[in-house]
Amino acid sequence: MLSIRNLTASINGTPVLKGIDLEIKAGEIHAIMGPNGSGKSTLGKVLVGHPSYEVTGGEVTFDGKNLFDLEPDVRARAGIFMGFQHPIEVPGVSNAAFLRLAYNKKAEAEGRDELDPLEFDDFIREKIKLVAMKEEFLDRSLNEGFSGGEKKRNEILQMAVLEPRLAILDELDSGLDIDALRVLGDAVNKLMRPDHALLIITHFPRILETIQPQFVHVLSGGRILKSGGPELAVELEERGYDWVLEEAAAGDRR
Amino acid sequence: MNATFSGVTSQEYKYGFVTDIEADSVPAGLNEEVIRLISAKKGEPDWLLEWRLKAYRHWLTMAEPEWAKVTYPKPDFQKIVYYSAPRAKAPKYASMDEVDPELRRTFEKLGVPINEQAALAGVAVDVVFDSVSVTTTYKEKLATVGIIFCSFSEAVKTHPELVKKYLGSVVPSSDNFYAALNSAVFTDGSFVFIPKGVTCPMDLSTYFRINNKDSGQFERTLIVAEEGASVSYLEGCTAPQFDTNQLHAAVVELVALDRASIKYSTVQNWYAGDKDGVGGIFNFVTKRGLCKGKGSHISWTQVETGSAITWKYPSCILLGDDSIGEFYSVALTNHKQQADTGTKMVHIGRNTKSTIISKGISAGDSSNSYRGLVKVQPKAEGARNFSQCDSMLIGQTCSASTFPTIEVQNRSARVEHEATTSKIGEEQLFYFQQRGIPAEEAISMIINGFCKDVFRELPMEFAVEATKLLSLKLEGSVG
Repeated sequence: MLSIRNLTASINGTPVLKGIDLEIKAGEIHAIMGPNGSGKSTLGKVLVGHPSYEVTGGEVTFDGKNLFDLEPDVRARAGIFMGFQHPIEVPGVSNAAFLRLAYNKKAEAEGRDELDPLEFDDFIREKIKLVAMKEEFLDRSLNEGFSGGEKKRNEILQMAVLEPRLAILDELDSGLDIDALRVLGDAVNKLMRPDHALLIITHFPRILETIQPQFVHVLSGGRILKSGGPELAVELEERGYDWVLEEAAAGDRR
Repeated sequence: MNATFSGVTSQEYKYGFVTDIEADSVPAGLNEEVIRLISAKKGEPDWLLEWRLKAYRHWLTMAEPEWAKVTYPKPDFQKIVYYSAPRAKAPKYASMDEVDPELRRTFEKLGVPINEQAALAGVAVDVVFDSVSVTTTYKEKLATVGIIFCSFSEAVKTHPELVKKYLGSVVPSSDNFYAALNSAVFTDGSFVFIPKGVTCPMDLSTYFRINNKDSGQFERTLIVAEEGASVSYLEGCTAPQFDTNQLHAAVVELVALDRASIKYSTVQNWYAGDKDGVGGIFNFVTKRGLCKGKGSHISWTQVETGSAITWKYPSCILLGDDSIGEFYSVALTNHKQQADTGTKMVHIGRNTKSTIISKGISAGDSSNSYRGLVKVQPKAEGARNFSQCDSMLIGQTCSASTFPTIEVQNRSARVEHEATTSKIGEEQLFYFQQRGIPAEEAISMIINGFCKDVFRELPMEFAVEATKLLSLKLEGSVG
C-alpha cells in the first residue's frame, strides 16, 4: 500500500529525515518509536504533505502512485489520514459542518452520495458513540477550547467519519488519561479492516498495549535504526532507547 | 508564500463592465456655477440651492483629512464630473417599460431586481445609476401604509418639509471635508420615511452603480423612522473596472425617534483596482445615525470588500435615554487595497448601550485598520459598551491595525474592549486539506467562521451573498 524508499526531508534547510525505508501493506499495523526529536512526527507530516517540510530525496508511493505528485487534500481523499499530536483550533467553524464537508469531499471523490445536514446528523450520532464523545462537541467550534483529550477524541472521530485506508496517528496517547486512551485505542482497533493499515507514531510504548502492532521501528536521527516485531516494543519499555542508539553507533563504527 | 497558498487562481471582478449609454453630464470641475447647474437640472427649490452653496463655501475652507492610515494621490476636484445621468426622455421613469433597455440589461447583469414581477419577494429597490435614481420598486405598495420610499430628488419635490426638517440634522454640511463636498454636489440617493407605529413590511434597498469613468458619485440617503416605527434597509454597490480612480463620497443620515428601530446593512463591492493597485474607487463616506428618541435602536452592519481606499465610520449618536447603537463590520482588503474603517458610539442619554463587533481580514499587500471611538458623556448615567475587534492576516505582506479610543466622562459607565489578531496560518489550512478539503473551500470556511458574529446580523439573502463575495475576493488573494 505504502512504500517509502530512501526518503530524505528537511525543514528550513535542516535535514530531518536522512534516508527512510519502510513498506506498509494492507492489514498491517506499524509502530514508529523513538526519542523526542528523532524525526517521527516529521515522517508523518511529510507523508501527508505538510507545507513546512521539503522533500529532498527518495520516493514514496501509495497504491503505486507517486505520493509527492498529489496535493495534500488529494492524498487525504485517496485515503491517507493523519491524527495530529496537537490539533489546531478553528474559531467559528462548527465541528459538525467541518466533519460533514470532509465526509462529503471524500464521498464525492469516491462517487458516493453526499449527505445533507439531516442525514449527516444521523450518521455522526452513531460515530460519536465509538469515541464516547458528548453531542455538544458537534455544535462547538472546531477544537476551540477543547481539552487535550477532547481534541484527540475529535481526531479519532474524524478518522471514524473518513474511514481512511492508511491512518497515521501521531502521539495519540499524549494528553489522554488511561480510560480515554483505552476508549480511543479500542475505537482505532474497531476501525481497522483487512484492507486498512495503521502507522502509530509514539514515544511511549503504553499505547501499543491497546493497539498492537506487528512491526515496530525505532527512529532516531532521521533514520530507522532497528526494526522488529511486537517484542521490540516490550524491550524498549524495559530498557529505554539508549541501547538501540548505542548499538547503531557501534554498527556505524564497524 | 508557500506552494499551499498559491495555485488558487484569481477571480476577476465580474461587475467591471461599462454600460454604453448616452449621458447627460455637466462639464468637469467644481465651482458655484456647477452647483447651480446641478440644482437647476434637478429643479430644486432655492433653499436647497442655498444649502448647497453654503456647504460649498465652507468646503473651500477645509482641508482633506490626513489622519487615516491610508495613502493615495489626492483627487483633483477640478477633474471630476459632478453630474452624469443616463439621457432619458423623461426626468424620471414612470414605469420599468420606459427604462432604457441598455440600463435594464445592466441591472439584470448585476442581478438587481428592478422589475417588480421578477423581483425578490419582499425587497423594494431604489436603483441609482451614476448621479440619478433610475427607478424605485414597490413604491405604491409601500405608500398604502404611509411609507415614503423614493429617490432623494423626488422627495425634495414631493415632501420638501420632511427633507428640510431632517437634511443635515445628523451630519451637518460642515461636518467634515467629504461630507461638505457631498452636501454641495450631492445628486441623488434614497429617501425613506416610516411613519409612527409602522413596521416596514419588506426590506428596502438601494443599489448604487457608478458607470461614468470621470464622474464621482455623491449620493445622499436619509432614513427617518418615527415613534415606534421599524425598517431594515440594505445597500449594495458596484462599479466598472477602470484604470483611473473614481470618487465616491456619500452621506447617510438615519434618524430614529422614540422606540424606533433602523437596521442598515451594506455590502460594498466597489471596484477595488487591479492587483497592482491601479484604478478602483475612493470610498469616502460619512454614515451616522441619531438615536434621537427614548429606547430607539440603530444597527449598522457592513461587509466592506471593495474600493481601493475605504474611509468610513458608520456611527451612532445615542441621545435618547435607553437607546441602543450597534456596529457589526467585516472589512476585507486584498492586493493593494487600504481600508480605515470603524465606528463612533457617542453615549449622551442615560442607560444607553452600544456594541461593536469588527472583523478585519487582510490579504496580499493590503492595509486594514479599525478606528473606533467610544465616548461616554457626563450625563450618560449607566452607559454600557462592548467592543470586540478581531483581525486576521493572510500571508506575510499585509497589515492590520487597531486604533480604539475610549473617552469616559461618567463613572457609572461600563466599557469593555477585546481585541485579537490571528493568522490564517498554514496550520489551519493544512488541517482542512489533510481532511480532504481543498484549499479554496478551506479558506472560505475559515473566513466565514471568523465573520460569523457579523454575518448573522445580515438579512438572510445578504448573508448568503456576503459569504460568496468573501470567498471570491479571497481566491487568488491567498497566493
